[in-house]
Order: sequence, then C-alpha cells, then structure tokens
Amino acid sequence: MTETIPYDDLLTRYEPVLGLEVHVELNTNSKMFCGCPTTFGGDPNTQVCPVCLGLPGSLPVINGKAVESAIRIGLALNCRIAQWCRMARKNYFYPDMTKNFQTSQYDEPIAFDGWVDVEVDGETYRVEIERAHMEEDAGKALHMGGATGRIHGADYSLIDYNRAGVPLIEIVTRPVRGAGAKAPEVARAYVAHLRDLLRALGVSDVRMEQGSLRCDANVSLMPIGSDVLGTRTETKNVNSLRSVERAIRYEMTRQAAILDGGARVKQETRHFHESDGTTSPGRSKEEAEDYRYFAEPDLMPIAPSREWVEELRATLPEPPAEHRRRLQTDWGFSDIDFGSIVSSGALGLVEATVAAGATPAAARKWWVTELARRANEAGVELDELPITPAQVAAVQGLVDAGKVNDKLARQVIEGVLAGEGEPAAVVAARGLAVVSDEGALTVAVDEVIAANPDVAAKIRDGKVAAAGALIGQVMKAMKGQADAGKVREMILAKLT
Amino acid sequence: MGITADDVARLGALARIRLTEQECHDLAPELNVILDSVRSVSEVAGPDVPMATHAIPLTNVFRDDVVTPSLTQDQALSGAPDQEDGRFRVPQILGEE
Ligand SMILES: [Zn+2]
Repeated sequence: MTETIPYDDLLTRYEPVLGLEVHVELNTNSKMFCGCPTTFGGDPNTQVCPVCLGLPGSLPVINGKAVESAIRIGLALNCRIAQWCRMARKNYFYPDMTKNFQTSQYDEPIAFDGWVDVEVDGETYRVEIERAHMEEDAGKALHMGGATGRIHGADYSLIDYNRAGVPLIEIVTRPVRGAGAKAPEVARAYVAHLRDLLRALGVSDVRMEQGSLRCDANVSLMPIGSDVLGTRTETKNVNSLRSVERAIRYEMTRQAAILDGGARVKQETRHFHESDGTTSPGRSKEEAEDYRYFAEPDLMPIAPSREWVEELRATLPEPPAEHRRRLQTDWGFSDIDFGSIVSSGALGLVEATVAAGATPAAARKWWVTELARRANEAGVELDELPITPAQVAAVQGLVDAGKVNDKLARQVIEGVLAGEGEPAAVVAARGLAVVSDEGALTVAVDEVIAANPDVAAKIRDGKVAAAGALIGQVMKAMKGQADAGKVREMILAKLT
Repeated sequence: MGITADDVARLGALARIRLTEQECHDLAPELNVILDSVRSVSEVAGPDVPMATHAIPLTNVFRDDVVTPSLTQDQALSGAPDQEDGRFRVPQILGEE
C-alpha cells in the first residue's frame, strides 16, 4: 500500500511544479511521411506501406499539410516559428516502431517560446509553452498472456502498425509554478483549453478517449521557501480531463509522503489507473542522450517563409478569450449563466447546437442541466456522450414544433444516448409524440372535470390556479404524452 | 577527454550490440580517432559556413495530403517472423516495467 499525505496538509510544506506534455494527432488524410490513411479503427495492419513499416529502401516524404497544421498550432499558442528546422531520429528499441527510431524533432522544434492563459475560478494563470514539435505516432501493442494485459508478465506482444506514422504534434510546457492547491485544476484547464483551441483550429479530432489527444503529466514538489526543483515523475497517457486532475493530485500526495519520510522521489515514468486514481511505476526514464538523437538524413529541412507563416496566421480563429466575450454578448447571457456553460465544458457544444438551429437558451438548458447530469452519472466528459449538437438541436426542434413536451424530450435524449438512432426515429419507435388528437384529449379533460366537481367549481368561481390539479390528472391519464399548455387552455375554455 | 571502454559498453548496450570487454577496449581508441577527425573538420568550419545536412541544399520538400493505396494485411505481414490475428507477433518486451 502506497503511503500518501492528505492534500491540504502537504500544501503547507510543498509547492507543486508541473510540466505537461500533450500529444495531438493531426486529422490529416494521410500519414506524416507516406500516403497511408489515418482513419481510426481499421482492421490491424491494413493502413501500412513500406515507408511506415520501415522496410529497407523506402523513403519518407513530409506531408505538407501536417507542417501547415503545426505552424498554425504554434501561432495559436503564441509561439515563434522556426525559420529553419529539421526532423531528427530518436533511437530506441521497442517494437511499436519498426524502424528502431521515431522520426521526431530534437533541438530544432518548428514552434517555440509561446504561452496560453487559462482560467480557473475566475483567476487567470499563464502557462508558458517551451516548444511544439512535429513527430509521428507509434503502433499499438497488445500484451498477451499476462494476467493484466500489461507488459509485466506478458508472454509476447501483438503489434498493429496502422497508427505508426500518423502525424503528431507534441506540445511541451515550461515548468508551471505558483498554482499551489489549484495546480491539478490549472493542469486540467490547460488541457481543456488546448482541446478547445485545437478544435477551433480544425487540426485534430481531439478525442481523448480515442487517443487523438494524450497528456503526460510531470509532477514534482519543491519545499516551500526553497528554489531547487524536486525530482519529477512523468505519469503517462492520462486520457481524460478528469484523470489529468486526479493523477496530478495523487502524485502530489504520494511524493509528499516520500519526502516527509526523508527519502528521495525516484525519477521514473508512472502509469495512471483510472479505476482507483493511483499511479504505479513504469520504466525508469531514459536520459535524452540515451536516445542518440541525430538529424534525419532522409528528409530535407523545413524552412517556412515569412509570407507562408503570415498567410497561415491570417487563418487563425478568434483567440479563445475574445471568442468567449463575443459569444456571451451575442447570446445575451448573464455572467452566471455563461459561466455555467464554460465551467461544465459545454461551450463548444452549445455553440455547435446554436449553429444547428437551437436558441442559445435551449442549447444551454440541454447541455448544462440534462446532459451534464447524464455525463456525470456515466463518469464521462460531456463531449464523450454519444449525442451530437445537431441531435440536441433536433430534439429542441421537436419541442418547438409541439411534437414532444420537455418530459418526453428527456426520454428522446435517453433514446439517442442509448443508440436508438436520430431523435425523430426515437419518437416513432418509443411512441413518444404528444397526443395532438383533440378527440382523445377532450375525452380525458371531460372525465377529469366530471371526477372533480369541487375543483371545477373553484375554477368557475375564478380560482384559476386550481386548474393545476386537473392538468396533472389529465397529463397522467394521457401518460404524459400531452402538451400541458394545451390541456390548461382546454380546461379553462370549458370552465370559464 | 575521449571515449572510454565503459562508454563503449554503454553505447553497445543502447544499440543492442553485444560486446566483449576486449572489444570495448579495442573500440574506444578507434572511436576516438573518428571523433578527433570530426573535431578537426569542426575547426575549419567557422560560423561563416552554413550548416549542411544534405549534399543538395533543398528545403520544404513536401507531399500533398493525399491517400495512396496501402498494402493488404497479407502483404504487410508477409515479411513478419511471426504473426497472430492480423498482427505482428513479437517476443515479450524485456527489461521494462
Ligand atoms: Zn504508410
């Protein structure tokens, strides 16, 4: 059992220092150095060729679109763009690459010296970006025969190289200090900010659950008052925003216990376990020199002209802070209402729902209440729910057209989430449409009035509020499939 | 400060080349000769000589982002020493975790 120190306790003695490495898979059609497709989920080893299998005699050629995306990402992160840079070989022996090296960049990243501002609880934290460099993704290994499906204890491994060579951008921060207790939340906000930024740039699918956005979190603790950075650990592949926060928090409490005991933190790679929120040791971290980096002789240097860079700068979307201000004005939300959208991570989703035809108020209502609740119950992020903004807009369209009421709309959403198809199909399959058949409604209204003569008398005497009791009974008789407003109208028409 | 026999042993391990102690001792001076030669060249190349990575000074050699046919799974695996379920089968990955 690993010892940990209570979080609040450790903060009295240590300052956390974070470093975040985010890998983004670009959404180019083809791979970084060959024409193989990058689509996710194909049969194993059907999206490979001599280049990405590293067969002798094959020669890589850089995908120009990937360079363009890399430059746009660098500009959006307020980075400087290299006037001249090269790809480099990172040498290591691991079967997720066939070549015994990964083509990456070393001391000449395409973008460097940037920053982003992220907001946590109304406070702004500046995260400095050290570099954003281009590289290729590795293949996927299945470890067979071991009890846990992990490397430890496995008898052999099976490799699928479909992902090998997919363009990646690795974004590395400078040490993030001064966030104190908020450090885990700042890290989460930073990754969320990157995700939104990359989505707005249109350069990646940014699906954390599919691995197109992955985060490695470096954590170390510095005794308060000291200025010497502590030994860091690197927790790998933390694959959801929630996990980023949990993994960092856990590492802080674990390292504090080691330091309190007078021992030293071991510099190592660690793995995060989604199930219990802990980390466990992986391999000891290689030093950069172990990778024996050298300039890739098979690829020509990249020298983006100033004109090209400025052309790409002109294609950047509005910066996130300005974008948020504009949306709030356009939508006419109060700070509280708008803040609830931002803090629930629904901004992009609400925006897309509005674009699909819903009013801002309706879009906000569905995402921030009903869907946020369901995401929370399922333990997933909002954008991982299997419902699209267009489908949410379609549900609201059904409400606006009087086909379903709010209560039925919730069942429609439940159906969409359960994979029963588009909203209209769910309505048809589940028989959810409100009864607009006046005949059936009239019968129900008459029956309820007849069964409640005293309530009816009150309404006749002008106590209109009493109608609520009758509306409820009619709705019950109609099994909820009636428009409450319409029922109220009919009752009042008959009694006043 | 040149390369020692220990450095050779370490480089050998990183490159997965098995070297005897004798080979490490023999190779160290040989590698030092190469390093010395590179050092001599570096002295000649002053700051006025631009860095070159290739005999032909080309930059920005890019391809269009167009998908071209891949190999079939059978073709991809045809050179594999071993395979299972459409995947390359490799020995247990040692010395990690
Ligand atoms: Zn390929």
